[in-house]
Amino acid sequence: MRDVAVIGIGMTKWGELWEKSLRTIFVETALLAIDDAGVDRLDSMVVGCMSSGLFIGQEHLTSLLSDYLGKNPVPAARVESACSSGGLALRQGFIEVASGISDIVLVGGVEKMTDVTGCEATYALGTAADQEYEGYHGLTFPALYAMMAVAHMHKYGTTREQLAMVAVKNHENGSKNPLAQFPFKISVEAVLQSVLVADPLHILDCSPITDGAAAVILCPADMAKKMKKPVVRITGSGHATDTIALSSRKDMAWLESTHLAGQKALAMAGQKIGDIDLFEVHDCFTIAEIMITEALGLVEQGRGGKAVEEGLTALKGKFPVNPSGGLKAKGHPVGATGVAQAVEVVKQLRGEAGERQVKGAKRGLTQNMGGTGGSSLVHVFEAD
Amino acid sequence: MPNPAKYWREIPQRYRLEAGKCTKCGFIAFPPRLVCPQCGNRKFEKTKLADSGTILTFTIIRVPPHQFEDQAPYAVGIAELDDGVRLTAQIVDCDSGVLKIGMRVRIEFRKIYEEGAAGVIYYGYKFVPE
Repeated sequence: MRDVAVIGIGMTKWGELWEKSLRTIFVETALLAIDDAGVDRLDSMVVGCMSSGLFIGQEHLTSLLSDYLGKNPVPAARVESACSSGGLALRQGFIEVASGISDIVLVGGVEKMTDVTGCEATYALGTAADQEYEGYHGLTFPALYAMMAVAHMHKYGTTREQLAMVAVKNHENGSKNPLAQFPFKISVEAVLQSVLVADPLHILDCSPITDGAAAVILCPADMAKKMKKPVVRITGSGHATDTIALSSRKDMAWLESTHLAGQKALAMAGQKIGDIDLFEVHDCFTIAEIMITEALGLVEQGRGGKAVEEGLTALKGKFPVNPSGGLKAKGHPVGATGVAQAVEVVKQLRGEAGERQVKGAKRGLTQNMGGTGGSSLVHVFEAD
Repeated sequence: MPNPAKYWREIPQRYRLEAGKCTKCGFIAFPPRLVCPQCGNRKFEKTKLADSGTILTFTIIRVPPHQFEDQAPYAVGIAELDDGVRLTAQIVDCDSGVLKIGMRVRIEFRKIYEEGAAGVIYYGYKFVPE
């Protein structure tokens, strides 16, 4: 297996981009990554997208996006794993370069979510759950995470305020990210006073509906060194699945797929969790970040709420979690999220993260998750 | 939206709580499966789920999918039935104030939602406090 490096990153401002179509959002972002890498060719592209069919009525993105990027007849693949589609695209691109099949691979993620109504978007996102045995009974994604929160609060005494503190922390970080959809601070009171979506989760516990894309260029590390580029290697890739229905889990207050993917990625990288300088994780809801910090082993099981309260996961804490603002403040165009996490980690490891820079960061980790944890991807990045 | 075939093929589960019991390890699969996730066995015999159980977690949905707009807010939960199977469904016939982990519920056959003027009416199971 060859060592794999990220030599280019691209991301544009996320939000409700009514004036732009999916193809435009994707191509703008891909061009940024291509220019950043300074490459004049692509051998292949892999794109993560959860549901262009339901969101814009368009499938066959492989042809559409390679065409509009002006790269026909380059081979292209589109991968889907709900909200972890971007993380899965990154893993497929990594495998393609590591195996020697391709040298220069563009990994992208994209989602155009605001061409449909909020109700239709809720339905499209709901397809990541078990449609016949959860969706049929009127379950929504906030409802499934709310039930995970209720189970976690009951088992470990996690408080309503601790959930809010995750959103407050991520907005604090996001206020330093000009590309974030919501780059402003919020307070615990604002979270608690915002409208209830599914008890105990309020709207400010939930990541938003977002249009956006992200892209990275991968190549063999040897080639990257010859190009005299700042080299960030992907040294670990872990991937695991779990049951689609939340009710089938042994413990609804634990994310086994994240735990397993994290262990695999760290083992491949030869690192321990305590050696990682920053973390970009899948805070689709505030409770998710708390459970992820536990599943990755940053804190003991049940201590995730306390960790955020004590500032352990703050930008200047021992384990900075979501310096970009996370899904909460940066936005969550579902297929793009996993790739955007990689963009942020590479920025941090190059020392280019501006106001939200984690000082002296050498190693970073991304965790991207589908559904209620039915799939998880973890990647470890290291600066040369 | 489910079409008639998608609806009627689930009727044994939605109306009669039919499940598959692994002939080797006794795991009860609901809905029925072809492979036992616990032991890998591929043989099951038909069984019926227990009709009562205990709430493990719950929430009240205030922002519903469009088919359920006329019902919101409504409570949903996951119950562990007395045979160990865990099931997701609405919790009805009670005030939200009485919802708590550990509360006993029984399964009743109810209307789930209606498709509209000339559409299908969907039925299935819901939890009712014991």
